[in-house]
Amino acid sequence: MAKFKKSSGTTQEIPTAALPDIIFMLLFFFMVTTVLRETTIMVEQKLPKSTQLSKLERKSLVSYIYIGKPKRTAVYGVQPKIQVNDVFIEVKDVVRFVNQEKDKLSEVERDQITMSMKVDIDAKMGIVTDVQQEFKEANARKVLYSSSKRVD
Amino acid sequence: MAKGKNRPAAEVNSGSMADIAFLLLIFFLVTTTIANDKGIAMLLPPKPDPNEPETDIKMHDRNIFKILANSNDQLLVEDEPMRDVTKLRPMVKDFVLNFGKPSADGRNLYNQLPATLRKHVNSSGRSASSSDEPGKAVVSFKADRGTSYELYIRVLDEVNAAYNEIYGERVGITAEEFLQLDKKDPEQKEMYDKARSGIPRAISIAEPNKIGG
Repeated sequence: MAKFKKSSGTTQEIPTAALPDIIFMLLFFFMVTTVLRETTIMVEQKLPKSTQLSKLERKSLVSYIYIGKPKRTAVYGVQPKIQVNDVFIEVKDVVRFVNQEKDKLSEVERDQITMSMKVDIDAKMGIVTDVQQEFKEANARKVLYSSSKRVD
Repeated sequence: MAKGKNRPAAEVNSGSMADIAFLLLIFFLVTTTIANDKGIAMLLPPKPDPNEPETDIKMHDRNIFKILANSNDQLLVEDEPMRDVTKLRPMVKDFVLNFGKPSADGRNLYNQLPATLRKHVNSSGRSASSSDEPGKAVVSFKADRGTSYELYIRVLDEVNAAYNEIYGERVGITAEEFLQLDKKDPEQKEMYDKARSGIPRAISIAEPNKIGG
């Protein structure tokens, strides 16, 4: 066992001088990847899980619509509501919203608009179908049911 | 003045630099939401033209795979109640790859399929009561207004999975790899087109009933 007693008496300290650099590197990574959310979501958002996910190809063509139970049930009730941007809208206003979103795009791209539906899993199909009918009315037929990956 | 020369060089204490960086790091860690832009893509049917009378397209009953969901989240698949959603995937696969009464196009398509899929057709397909050929097969899904969105997505997911497995198997990759094909890359785009030609992803979302269920 004497083999191991070769301590040379030098202090064994890990140099921490590079620590700030490492932390800064991580910091910059997160700073660059962070996307500050533009809208405050006022409805509950527990997205469904599924396996067959496809990625959005062009983000500029996507508009988001949120459906779910309002977070502040005392003010807005418990029935699922539709939220776009920062406001709640009624089903009949969906066409107007889609047309507003279409106006932001250039003329050739207008038909390629994709509506990303972020629907809470506790919502019922009734409201989802109503919104889809309005999408058809507004000729925005590409729909993406936003969901996260299920691992099983 | 002579005293100044002996003074040690002024140093800024940088020991707390890491702490400051940590603080910022934790802030960004907490506020970051990794953007979730994935989901199940669907193309809605076009709005019926009011100027044109509704055309009744005659389709054989055997070419339609019917899925119904009621407001209690119970499924009726091909007139049989179903408890387990995961059974849907093999059923849809068998239905699409049935080749019950293929036309010339259908036979042509069958001959182009890889051996594994042909074996699948011969072992579990060829039923007279199921679809004629993939080109004619339609999966119809009708949900009630009271059906939960969760079940709706589950069913859509299973049906899409069945199609993606067929597409993937056709070009010798898994369903997962098929989904990740990049359509901007010409080589992968060709693969994608080859997988999809002749087998349309025909999923029809019927409008739900206004009442009852």
